[in-house]
Amino acid sequence: MDKSVASAAEALEKAGVKDGITLLVGGFGLCGIPENLILALRETGAKDLTVVSNNAGVDDFGLGLLLQTRQIRKMVSSYVGENKLFEQLYLSGELELEFVPQGTLAERCRAGGAGIGGFYTPTGYGTPVAEGKETREIDGKMYVLEMPIRGDVALVKAHTGDKHGNLVYRMTARNFNQPMATAAAVTIAEVEELVEPGSLDPDQIHTPSIFVKHILKGAHYEKRIEQRTTR
Amino acid sequence: MKSGSSRERLAERAAKELRDGFYVNLGIGIPTLVANYVPDGMNVILHSENGLLGIGPFPHDDEVDPDLINAGKQTITTVTGASYFDSAASFGMIRGGHIDLAILGALEVSQSGDIANWMVPGKMVKGMGGAMDLVAGAKRVVAVMTHTDKSGASKLLKECELPLTGKRCIDLVITEKAVFEVDKAANRLILIELMPEVTLEEIAASTAADYVVDLK
Repeated sequence: MDKSVASAAEALEKAGVKDGITLLVGGFGLCGIPENLILALRETGAKDLTVVSNNAGVDDFGLGLLLQTRQIRKMVSSYVGENKLFEQLYLSGELELEFVPQGTLAERCRAGGAGIGGFYTPTGYGTPVAEGKETREIDGKMYVLEMPIRGDVALVKAHTGDKHGNLVYRMTARNFNQPMATAAAVTIAEVEELVEPGSLDPDQIHTPSIFVKHILKGAHYEKRIEQRTTR
Repeated sequence: MKSGSSRERLAERAAKELRDGFYVNLGIGIPTLVANYVPDGMNVILHSENGLLGIGPFPHDDEVDPDLINAGKQTITTVTGASYFDSAASFGMIRGGHIDLAILGALEVSQSGDIANWMVPGKMVKGMGGAMDLVAGAKRVVAVMTHTDKSGASKLLKECELPLTGKRCIDLVITEKAVFEVDKAANRLILIELMPEVTLEEIAASTAADYVVDLK
Protein backbone atom coordinates (compact mmCIF):
# COMPACT_ATOMS: atom_id res chain seq x y z
CA MET A 1 0.00 0.00 0.00
CA ASP A 2 2.21 2.80 -1.27
CA LYS A 3 0.74 6.17 -0.28
CA SER A 4 3.80 8.17 -1.21
CA VAL A 5 3.52 11.03 -3.66
CA ALA A 6 6.33 12.93 -5.32
CA SER A 7 5.57 16.39 -4.10
CA ALA A 8 3.47 18.51 -1.78
CA ALA A 9 1.68 19.96 -4.82
CA GLU A 10 0.67 16.50 -6.02
CA ALA A 11 -0.63 15.60 -2.56
CA LEU A 12 -2.77 18.74 -2.37
CA GLU A 13 -4.18 18.07 -5.83
CA LYS A 14 -5.03 14.46 -4.95
CA ALA A 15 -6.64 15.62 -1.71
CA GLY A 16 -8.94 17.90 -3.68
CA VAL A 17 -7.85 21.14 -2.01
CA LYS A 18 -10.09 23.93 -3.25
CA ASP A 19 -11.69 27.21 -2.18
CA GLY A 20 -13.71 27.22 1.00
CA ILE A 21 -12.47 24.02 2.64
CA THR A 22 -11.48 23.53 6.28
CA LEU A 23 -7.86 22.62 6.88
CA LEU A 24 -6.29 21.32 10.08
CA VAL A 25 -2.65 22.36 10.22
CA GLY A 26 -0.29 20.83 12.77
CA GLY A 27 2.51 22.51 14.69
CA PHE A 28 3.06 24.63 17.78
CA GLY A 29 4.52 28.02 16.96
CA LEU A 30 6.88 27.20 14.11
CA CYS A 31 7.80 23.84 15.65
CA GLY A 32 6.58 20.85 13.68
CA ILE A 33 4.68 22.83 11.05
CA PRO A 34 4.18 21.25 7.60
CA GLU A 35 6.25 23.92 5.92
CA ASN A 36 6.43 22.31 2.48
CA LEU A 37 2.67 21.76 2.34
CA ILE A 38 2.02 25.35 3.42
CA LEU A 39 4.27 26.63 0.61
CA ALA A 40 2.49 24.38 -1.88
CA LEU A 41 -0.90 25.49 -0.59
CA ARG A 42 0.10 29.07 -1.29
CA GLU A 43 0.86 28.07 -4.90
CA THR A 44 -2.59 26.50 -5.36
CA GLY A 45 -4.20 29.89 -4.72
CA ALA A 46 -7.08 28.16 -2.88
CA LYS A 47 -8.89 30.85 -0.91
CA ASP A 48 -11.69 31.40 1.63
CA LEU A 49 -10.01 28.73 3.72
CA THR A 50 -10.90 27.97 7.32
CA VAL A 51 -7.69 26.99 9.06
CA VAL A 52 -7.63 25.24 12.42
CA SER A 53 -4.16 25.62 13.89
CA ASN A 54 -2.89 26.41 17.37
CA ASN A 55 -1.01 29.45 16.05
CA ALA A 56 -0.86 31.51 12.87
CA GLY A 57 2.85 31.39 12.11
CA VAL A 58 4.88 34.59 11.90
CA ASP A 59 4.55 37.32 9.27
CA ASP A 60 6.86 35.69 6.73
CA PHE A 61 6.84 31.99 7.63
CA GLY A 62 4.35 29.24 8.24
CA LEU A 63 0.68 30.17 8.03
CA GLY A 64 1.68 33.84 7.93
CA LEU A 65 2.42 33.23 4.25
CA LEU A 66 -1.24 32.39 3.61
CA LEU A 67 -2.33 35.49 5.50
CA GLN A 68 -0.12 37.58 3.21
CA THR A 69 -1.92 36.16 0.19
CA ARG A 70 -5.35 36.57 1.89
CA GLN A 71 -6.15 32.89 1.33
CA ILE A 72 -7.43 32.38 4.86
CA ARG A 73 -10.94 33.59 5.71
CA LYS A 74 -11.12 32.22 9.23
CA MET A 75 -8.64 30.99 11.83
CA VAL A 76 -9.46 28.72 14.76
CA SER A 77 -6.54 29.06 17.19
CA SER A 78 -5.55 29.39 20.83
CA TYR A 79 -2.83 32.03 20.46
CA VAL A 80 -1.92 34.36 17.59
CA GLY A 81 0.31 36.88 19.35
CA GLU A 82 3.36 36.42 17.14
CA ASN A 83 1.77 37.70 13.97
CA LYS A 84 1.42 41.43 13.24
CA LEU A 85 -0.30 40.96 9.89
CA PHE A 86 -2.90 38.83 11.64
CA GLU A 87 -3.75 41.77 13.86
CA GLN A 88 -4.19 44.12 10.87
CA LEU A 89 -6.38 41.69 8.95
CA TYR A 90 -8.48 40.93 12.00
CA LEU A 91 -9.03 44.57 12.95
CA SER A 92 -9.95 45.46 9.35
CA GLY A 93 -12.52 42.64 9.27
CA GLU A 94 -10.77 40.68 6.50
CA LEU A 95 -10.16 37.74 8.80
CA GLU A 96 -12.49 35.90 11.15
CA LEU A 97 -11.13 34.44 14.34
CA GLU A 98 -12.35 31.86 16.83
CA PHE A 99 -10.30 31.50 19.98
CA VAL A 100 -10.32 28.06 21.53
CA PRO A 101 -8.37 27.17 24.70
CA GLN A 102 -5.36 25.11 23.70
CA GLY A 103 -6.41 21.95 25.50
CA THR A 104 -9.95 22.23 24.22
CA LEU A 105 -8.62 22.66 20.67
CA ALA A 106 -6.48 19.53 20.97
CA GLU A 107 -9.33 17.53 22.50
CA ARG A 108 -11.86 18.72 19.92
CA CYS A 109 -9.54 17.40 17.21
CA ARG A 110 -8.97 14.16 19.12
CA ALA A 111 -12.75 13.79 19.53
CA GLY A 112 -13.30 14.52 15.84
CA GLY A 113 -10.89 11.78 14.90
CA ALA A 114 -12.24 9.30 17.43
CA GLY A 115 -15.92 9.59 16.60
CA ILE A 116 -16.85 11.37 19.82
CA GLY A 117 -19.88 13.64 19.44
CA GLY A 118 -18.77 16.17 22.03
CA PHE A 119 -17.37 16.28 25.56
CA TYR A 120 -17.68 18.20 28.81
CA THR A 121 -14.58 20.04 29.93
CA PRO A 122 -14.02 22.24 33.00
CA THR A 123 -11.87 24.54 30.86
CA GLY A 124 -13.43 27.94 30.28
CA TYR A 125 -16.38 27.56 32.60
CA GLY A 126 -17.56 31.02 33.65
CA THR A 127 -15.43 32.73 30.98
CA PRO A 128 -16.25 34.23 27.57
CA VAL A 129 -15.48 30.94 25.78
CA ALA A 130 -18.42 29.25 27.54
CA GLU A 131 -20.95 31.84 26.38
CA GLY A 132 -23.83 30.22 24.49
CA LYS A 133 -22.63 26.71 25.32
CA GLU A 134 -24.37 24.06 27.37
CA THR A 135 -22.96 23.65 30.87
CA ARG A 136 -23.64 21.03 33.48
CA GLU A 137 -22.57 19.95 36.92
CA ILE A 138 -20.90 16.56 37.20
CA ASP A 139 -19.90 15.36 40.67
CA GLY A 140 -20.07 18.87 42.03
CA LYS A 141 -17.89 20.47 39.37
CA MET A 142 -19.03 22.62 36.45
CA TYR A 143 -18.28 21.67 32.85
CA VAL A 144 -18.79 23.15 29.38
CA LEU A 145 -19.94 21.13 26.36
CA GLU A 146 -17.46 21.34 23.49
CA MET A 147 -17.98 19.92 20.01
CA PRO A 148 -15.61 17.86 17.88
CA ILE A 149 -13.63 19.37 15.03
CA ARG A 150 -13.23 17.65 11.71
CA GLY A 151 -11.42 19.00 8.70
CA ASP A 152 -11.67 18.36 4.99
CA VAL A 153 -7.91 18.08 4.84
CA ALA A 154 -5.24 17.81 7.55
CA LEU A 155 -1.66 18.90 6.87
CA VAL A 156 0.76 17.35 9.34
CA LYS A 157 4.50 17.02 9.67
CA ALA A 158 6.41 14.10 11.17
CA HIS A 159 10.11 13.40 11.29
CA THR A 160 10.03 9.94 9.74
CA GLY A 161 7.32 8.07 7.90
CA ASP A 162 7.05 4.94 5.83
CA LYS A 163 5.25 4.58 2.53
CA HIS A 164 2.22 3.05 4.24
CA GLY A 165 1.83 6.32 6.16
CA ASN A 166 3.08 5.26 9.60
CA LEU A 167 4.52 8.30 11.34
CA VAL A 168 7.13 8.97 13.99
CA TYR A 169 7.46 12.47 15.36
CA ARG A 170 10.53 14.00 16.95
CA MET A 171 10.68 15.74 20.33
CA THR A 172 8.18 18.57 20.85
CA ALA A 173 7.38 18.70 17.12
CA ARG A 174 4.65 16.13 17.76
CA ASN A 175 2.22 18.59 19.42
CA PHE A 176 -0.99 19.06 17.38
CA ASN A 177 0.19 16.88 14.49
CA GLN A 178 -0.89 13.70 16.21
CA PRO A 179 -4.51 14.60 17.05
CA MET A 180 -5.01 16.52 13.79
CA ALA A 181 -3.75 13.59 11.70
CA THR A 182 -6.80 11.64 12.87
CA ALA A 183 -9.44 14.30 12.35
CA ALA A 184 -9.78 15.02 8.62
CA ALA A 185 -11.36 13.33 5.62
CA VAL A 186 -7.93 13.36 3.98
CA THR A 187 -4.66 13.61 5.92
CA ILE A 188 -1.44 14.51 4.16
CA ALA A 189 1.81 13.93 6.03
CA GLU A 190 5.14 15.45 5.08
CA VAL A 191 8.28 13.95 6.56
CA GLU A 192 12.00 14.62 6.64
CA GLU A 193 12.80 10.95 6.09
CA LEU A 194 10.59 8.68 3.98
CA VAL A 195 11.44 5.01 4.47
CA GLU A 196 10.27 1.62 3.24
CA PRO A 197 7.58 -0.24 5.20
CA GLY A 198 9.28 -2.44 7.77
CA SER A 199 11.97 0.09 8.55
CA LEU A 200 10.06 1.50 11.51
CA ASP A 201 9.66 -0.46 14.73
CA PRO A 202 5.89 -1.10 15.06
CA ASP A 203 6.24 -0.52 18.81
CA GLN A 204 7.51 3.01 18.24
CA ILE A 205 4.95 4.34 15.74
CA HIS A 206 3.05 7.42 16.98
CA THR A 207 0.44 7.76 14.21
CA PRO A 208 -0.59 4.45 12.62
CA SER A 209 -0.95 4.45 8.83
CA ILE A 210 -4.75 4.18 8.82
CA PHE A 211 -4.99 7.93 9.48
CA VAL A 212 -2.73 8.98 6.61
CA LYS A 213 -3.88 9.17 2.98
CA HIS A 214 -0.84 10.70 1.28
CA ILE A 215 2.78 10.95 2.41
CA LEU A 216 5.69 12.85 0.93
CA LYS A 217 9.26 13.70 1.70
CA GLY A 218 9.52 17.47 2.14
CA ALA A 219 11.68 19.04 -0.55
CA HIS A 220 13.34 21.50 1.84
CA TYR A 221 13.24 22.17 5.56
CA GLU A 222 14.10 25.56 6.97
CA LYS A 223 12.80 24.67 10.47
CA ARG A 224 12.95 28.26 11.56
CA ILE A 225 13.34 28.98 15.29
CA GLU A 226 11.03 31.58 16.79
CA GLN A 227 12.88 32.31 20.05
CA ARG A 228 16.46 31.13 19.89
CA THR A 229 17.42 31.12 23.56
CA THR A 230 20.80 29.91 24.80
CA ARG A 231 22.67 29.95 28.07
CA MET B 1 21.63 33.46 41.36
CA LYS B 2 21.32 36.95 42.84
CA SER B 3 17.86 38.01 43.89
CA GLY B 4 18.31 41.59 42.81
CA SER B 5 15.27 42.55 40.80
CA SER B 6 11.65 42.49 41.85
CA ARG B 7 10.99 39.83 39.20
CA GLU B 8 13.65 37.61 40.68
CA ARG B 9 12.33 38.09 44.22
CA LEU B 10 8.84 37.06 43.10
CA ALA B 11 10.25 33.98 41.40
CA GLU B 12 12.28 33.11 44.48
CA ARG B 13 9.20 33.33 46.68
CA ALA B 14 7.09 31.31 44.25
CA ALA B 15 9.75 28.57 44.30
CA LYS B 16 8.89 28.00 47.97
CA GLU B 17 5.62 26.43 46.75
CA LEU B 18 7.57 23.61 45.09
CA ARG B 19 7.67 20.22 46.82
CA ASP B 20 9.84 17.22 46.18
CA GLY B 21 8.35 14.98 43.51
CA PHE B 22 6.03 17.63 42.08
CA TYR B 23 5.10 17.84 38.40
CA VAL B 24 4.92 21.58 37.75
CA ASN B 25 3.84 23.85 34.90
CA LEU B 26 5.43 27.29 34.82
CA GLY B 27 3.82 30.06 32.78
CA ILE B 28 5.59 32.53 30.53
CA GLY B 29 7.47 35.49 32.09
CA ILE B 30 8.25 35.64 35.81
CA PRO B 31 6.94 32.09 36.44
CA THR B 32 9.57 30.71 34.04
CA LEU B 33 12.25 32.17 36.34
CA VAL B 34 11.02 29.94 39.18
CA ALA B 35 13.02 27.13 37.56
CA ASN B 36 16.19 28.94 38.66
CA TYR B 37 15.23 28.63 42.33
CA VAL B 38 14.46 24.93 42.69
CA PRO B 39 16.23 24.07 45.97
CA ASP B 40 19.28 21.82 45.76
CA GLY B 41 18.37 18.20 46.25
CA MET B 42 14.70 18.70 45.39
CA ASN B 43 13.35 16.78 42.41
CA VAL B 44 10.76 18.70 40.43
CA ILE B 45 9.71 17.77 36.90
CA LEU B 46 8.68 20.68 34.72
CA HIS B 47 5.82 20.22 32.27
CA SER B 48 5.64 22.11 28.99
CA GLU B 49 2.14 22.05 27.53
CA ASN B 50 3.38 21.70 23.95
CA GLY B 51 4.34 18.15 24.84
CA LEU B 52 7.20 17.58 27.27
CA LEU B 53 7.76 16.46 30.83
CA GLY B 54 11.28 17.25 31.98
CA ILE B 55 12.32 20.70 30.77
CA GLY B 56 16.05 21.27 31.16
CA PRO B 57 18.15 24.44 30.98
CA PHE B 58 18.43 26.58 27.87
CA PRO B 59 20.81 24.95 25.40
CA HIS B 60 24.39 25.89 24.62
CA ASP B 61 24.79 27.27 21.09
CA ASP B 62 25.71 23.90 19.63
CA GLU B 63 22.75 22.14 21.29
CA VAL B 64 19.96 24.29 19.83
CA ASP B 65 17.32 22.12 18.14
CA PRO B 66 14.29 23.55 16.33
CA ASP B 67 12.24 20.49 17.31
CA LEU B 68 12.73 21.16 21.02
CA ILE B 69 10.99 24.22 22.42
CA ASN B 70 8.98 25.24 25.47
CA ALA B 71 5.49 26.76 25.50
CA GLY B 72 7.06 30.20 25.13
CA LYS B 73 8.62 28.95 21.87
CA GLN B 74 12.11 29.22 23.37
CA THR B 75 14.72 26.61 22.55
CA ILE B 76 15.37 24.34 25.54
CA THR B 77 16.97 21.04 26.55
CA THR B 78 15.57 18.10 28.48
CA VAL B 79 16.58 16.44 31.73
CA THR B 80 17.29 12.74 32.20
CA GLY B 81 14.03 10.80 32.27
CA ALA B 82 12.10 13.26 30.10
CA SER B 83 9.18 12.24 27.88
CA TYR B 84 7.44 13.68 24.82
CA PHE B 85 3.75 13.44 23.93
CA ASP B 86 1.11 15.13 21.79
CA SER B 87 -1.00 18.16 22.70
CA ALA B 88 -4.14 16.14 23.49
CA ALA B 89 -2.24 13.93 25.95
CA SER B 90 -0.51 16.99 27.40
CA PHE B 91 -3.79 18.71 28.21
CA GLY B 92 -5.21 15.44 29.47
CA MET B 93 -2.47 15.61 32.11
CA ILE B 94 -3.51 19.16 32.93
CA ARG B 95 -7.30 18.74 33.07
CA GLY B 96 -7.00 15.31 34.64
CA GLY B 97 -5.44 16.81 37.76
CA HIS B 98 -2.05 15.20 37.24
CA ILE B 99 -0.14 18.48 37.37
CA ASP B 100 0.58 19.20 41.04
CA LEU B 101 1.23 22.90 40.68
CA ALA B 102 0.79 25.61 38.04
CA ILE B 103 2.38 29.02 38.51
CA LEU B 104 1.21 31.75 36.17
CA GLY B 105 0.96 35.50 35.74
CA ALA B 106 -2.26 37.47 36.18
CA LEU B 107 -3.83 40.81 35.32
CA GLU B 108 -6.45 40.52 38.09
CA VAL B 109 -7.34 38.06 40.84
CA SER B 110 -10.56 38.21 42.84
CA GLN B 111 -11.11 37.34 46.49
CA SER B 112 -13.00 34.20 45.43
CA GLY B 113 -10.06 33.00 43.32
CA ASP B 114 -11.23 34.11 39.89
CA ILE B 115 -8.41 35.05 37.54
CA ALA B 116 -8.23 37.27 34.46
CA ASN B 117 -5.02 37.10 32.46
CA TRP B 118 -5.74 36.75 28.74
CA MET B 119 -7.71 39.65 27.40
CA VAL B 120 -8.06 43.40 27.70
CA PRO B 121 -11.11 44.57 25.74
CA GLY B 122 -10.26 47.20 23.16
CA LYS B 123 -6.72 45.97 22.81
CA MET B 124 -5.62 43.35 20.32
CA VAL B 125 -6.41 39.98 21.80
CA LYS B 126 -3.64 37.45 21.41
CA GLY B 127 -5.47 34.44 22.76
CA MET B 128 -5.59 32.41 25.94
CA GLY B 129 -3.20 29.67 24.83
CA GLY B 130 -3.25 26.99 27.51
CA ALA B 131 -4.05 29.26 30.46
CA MET B 132 -7.74 28.35 30.76
CA ASP B 133 -6.94 24.64 30.84
CA LEU B 134 -4.17 25.11 33.41
CA VAL B 135 -6.24 27.12 35.87
CA ALA B 136 -9.16 24.69 35.50
CA GLY B 137 -7.11 21.53 35.82
CA ALA B 138 -3.96 21.84 37.90
CA LYS B 139 -4.25 20.62 41.51
CA ARG B 140 -2.90 23.89 42.90
CA VAL B 141 -2.72 27.20 41.05
CA VAL B 142 -0.48 30.06 42.13
CA ALA B 143 -0.73 33.53 40.58
CA VAL B 144 2.36 35.74 40.54
CA MET B 145 1.80 39.39 39.69
CA THR B 146 2.47 42.99 40.60
CA HIS B 147 0.22 44.17 43.40
CA THR B 148 -1.07 47.15 41.44
CA ASP B 149 -1.34 48.12 37.78
CA LYS B 150 0.59 50.95 36.12
CA SER B 151 -1.94 53.50 37.36
CA GLY B 152 -1.53 52.25 40.93
CA ALA B 153 -4.92 50.49 41.06
CA SER B 154 -5.19 47.23 42.97
CA LYS B 155 -5.06 44.02 40.91
CA LEU B 156 -6.53 42.13 43.87
CA LEU B 157 -10.25 42.81 43.54
CA LYS B 158 -13.61 41.88 45.01
CA GLU B 159 -14.66 40.83 41.51
CA CYS B 160 -12.51 40.74 38.37
CA GLU B 161 -13.38 43.44 35.83
CA LEU B 162 -11.59 41.90 32.85
CA PRO B 163 -12.91 38.81 31.01
CA LEU B 164 -12.12 35.77 33.11
CA THR B 165 -9.62 33.00 32.43
CA GLY B 166 -11.18 30.84 35.14
CA LYS B 167 -13.50 30.94 38.14
CA ARG B 168 -12.59 30.05 41.71
CA CYS B 169 -9.34 28.44 40.69
CA ILE B 170 -6.52 30.44 42.30
CA ASP B 171 -5.15 29.07 45.58
CA LEU B 172 -2.34 31.53 46.33
CA VAL B 173 -1.33 34.99 45.09
CA ILE B 174 2.23 36.28 45.35
CA THR B 175 2.94 39.96 44.74
CA GLU B 176 5.99 42.13 45.39
CA LYS B 177 4.26 43.33 48.57
CA ALA B 178 2.66 40.24 50.08
CA VAL B 179 1.41 36.67 49.83
CA PHE B 180 -2.30 35.83 50.11
CA GLU B 181 -4.11 32.56 50.36
CA VAL B 182 -7.54 32.44 48.75
CA ASP B 183 -10.28 31.32 51.12
CA LYS B 184 -12.81 30.37 48.46
CA ALA B 185 -15.46 29.25 50.93
CA ALA B 186 -15.35 32.53 52.82
CA ASN B 187 -14.93 34.57 49.62
CA ARG B 188 -11.93 36.47 50.95
CA LEU B 189 -8.16 36.48 50.93
CA ILE B 190 -5.93 35.67 53.86
CA LEU B 191 -2.78 37.79 54.12
CA ILE B 192 -0.16 35.30 55.24
CA GLU B 193 3.16 37.06 54.49
CA LEU B 194 4.50 40.56 54.06
CA MET B 195 7.52 41.09 51.86
CA PRO B 196 10.47 42.82 53.62
CA GLU B 197 9.81 46.43 54.63
CA VAL B 198 6.14 46.30 53.57
CA THR B 199 3.64 47.41 56.23
CA LEU B 200 0.05 46.37 56.90
CA GLU B 201 -0.95 49.99 56.22
CA GLU B 202 0.62 49.80 52.78
CA ILE B 203 -1.32 46.62 51.99
CA ALA B 204 -4.54 48.19 53.23
CA ALA B 205 -3.99 51.19 51.00
CA SER B 206 -3.24 49.18 47.88
CA THR B 207 -5.64 46.22 48.11
CA ALA B 208 -9.26 46.38 46.94
CA ALA B 209 -10.14 42.77 47.78
CA ASP B 210 -11.48 41.79 51.19
CA TYR B 211 -8.86 40.05 53.30
CA VAL B 212 -8.06 39.01 56.81
CA VAL B 213 -4.60 39.06 58.33
CA ASP B 214 -3.09 35.83 59.58
CA LEU B 215 0.66 36.30 59.26
CA LYS B 216 2.64 33.11 59.41
